[in-house]
Amino acid sequence: MTDPLLKLSDLNKSFGALKATDNVSLTLMPGEIHALIGPNGAGKSTLIKQVAGGLRSDSGTVEFAGRDVTPLGTVARARAGLGRTFQISSLAMEYTVLQNTVLGALGHDGAVMRFFRPVMKDRALVDRGMAALERVGLADQAAKRTADLSHGQRRLLEVAVALTLDPKVFLMDEPMAGLGASGSKRLTGFLDDLRAQAPILLVEHDMDAVFALADRISVLVYGQVIATGTADEIKRDAAVREAYLGAEDAA
Amino acid sequence: MTRETFLNVILFAILPVTALAAFALDEPFIITLATKAAILALAGVGLNIALGLGGLVSFGHAAFFGLGGYAMGILASHAQSYTPLMETPFLIEGTKSMLVIWGVAIIAAALAALAIGALSLRTTGVYFIMITLAFGQMLYYFAISWPAYGGEDGLSIYIRNDFPGLNTLDPIQFFAIAFGVLAIVLFGAGRLAKAPFGLALSAARQNAERVETVGLTPFRIRLVAFVISGAVTGLAGALFADLNRFVSPTMFSWHTSGEIMIFVILGGVGRLFGPVAGAALFILLEHTLGGISEFWQVYLGLLLLGVVLFARGGLIGTIAGREVAHD
Repeated sequence: MTDPLLKLSDLNKSFGALKATDNVSLTLMPGEIHALIGPNGAGKSTLIKQVAGGLRSDSGTVEFAGRDVTPLGTVARARAGLGRTFQISSLAMEYTVLQNTVLGALGHDGAVMRFFRPVMKDRALVDRGMAALERVGLADQAAKRTADLSHGQRRLLEVAVALTLDPKVFLMDEPMAGLGASGSKRLTGFLDDLRAQAPILLVEHDMDAVFALADRISVLVYGQVIATGTADEIKRDAAVREAYLGAEDAA
Repeated sequence: MTRETFLNVILFAILPVTALAAFALDEPFIITLATKAAILALAGVGLNIALGLGGLVSFGHAAFFGLGGYAMGILASHAQSYTPLMETPFLIEGTKSMLVIWGVAIIAAALAALAIGALSLRTTGVYFIMITLAFGQMLYYFAISWPAYGGEDGLSIYIRNDFPGLNTLDPIQFFAIAFGVLAIVLFGAGRLAKAPFGLALSAARQNAERVETVGLTPFRIRLVAFVISGAVTGLAGALFADLNRFVSPTMFSWHTSGEIMIFVILGGVGRLFGPVAGAALFILLEHTLGGISEFWQVYLGLLLLGVVLFARGGLIGTIAGREVAHD
């Protein structure tokens, strides 16, 4: 069996008396989409921040490509190959769409201390940024100001910036949020292919997308992983039905 | 040519045209005013790198302006009194060479910016403003209480420093030096804004989280920007002291920090030629309104209020509109 690319072991995080992450362990294998679902307030966003490096865990470890990255911050984890997208689009709004992906390419490149040659005339960076836009279908919007993009287009740009980093693992926080049915379907198809490039830890509320995409699903309730398994296993799991899907059936 | 480029060409021409017209009309005082505007614009161009591109509201740039001034004052005063700066462990003598003085001013200001930036860039918002202000005031009181270099009275230099091949006491020639430095720095600042570093610096202002997520460290980028910013303002300080042939603790005072910030805000925050427009306007107001009333700064205050409330882009933003994202 191959080693997991991402391995969370016994992660904990409390905010005062609230245990937001309670002994969470999970793995992300090469080539898979591992979806993380759970009702609102289950601690998904907290866990994502602990994985991305923005939030220090109280205990437990995060291993990435066989290396313990627990003490590292956001920047070092990104450099190690963690490509993150945000639940609420986090982009440089004054910049053009292309400039945002060129910024990603610059981050991948790492050579930021260059003061003289115009960055938008740097073929390698611009090509990299443009290629990412083409992959998500935003190439025709390249010259547009990011602030003028629609919500759905911003979601796609988030993904495009992550692509420029050429990450070993994608960490996606609700990429479908607010996309609408057709946009959501398109992105589902895209992510389906993307897993061959790098595995995805996917937090998502869109159950159609989750069941269509996920190789494995973990269900998070009150900070605890109550079940991990394939879509079918999760659908049949009594505890999950009780805690999560059951609530939807009742609704 | 975009509207802003056109406006920049005019702004770039205003100072030399004014100086040359004054030269033709034999009005040396006007040449000196144009020189002052060029030097103050240079200080503003320095601040604009931190404030405009990086969003770092430094209220302590007088520290760098003053260090540049004192670099000039100390070196030149030792040269004019024929006393060495220090003898042990090795001999350092004063100098009247402008180029050497500029080098010392740039290095002194850059080192100070490195130290001040390393401490204050750990904070943001109003705390950053207050810490940079505090550092500026520390240097101000230090200069006041240092009798070896004039203390509160400052230092007078009898003859302007030397520049190879030019007579620096001739107003138009000294203007040429100051404007030449401004032009070179403007060119460099323009390149910097469009370079990879500028892209990352401005991105860190817009969204620091985004910059971290692509694997770049905002703190490091901001610190480098702060050092460059301080160095440019330090160079302006050395020129300003040379213009007046005098340096005093006033150069370190928070009024000076505020004035440099006013140039940037009046002209347009983050606009390459903003400080040029701002400094020229400031000097114009000081000269014209100052003749009418000694309380001319009331009108400056009203103007500033108007800009902040109604014309966020400053003079350049009002005329040329929103900045086009660079291609």
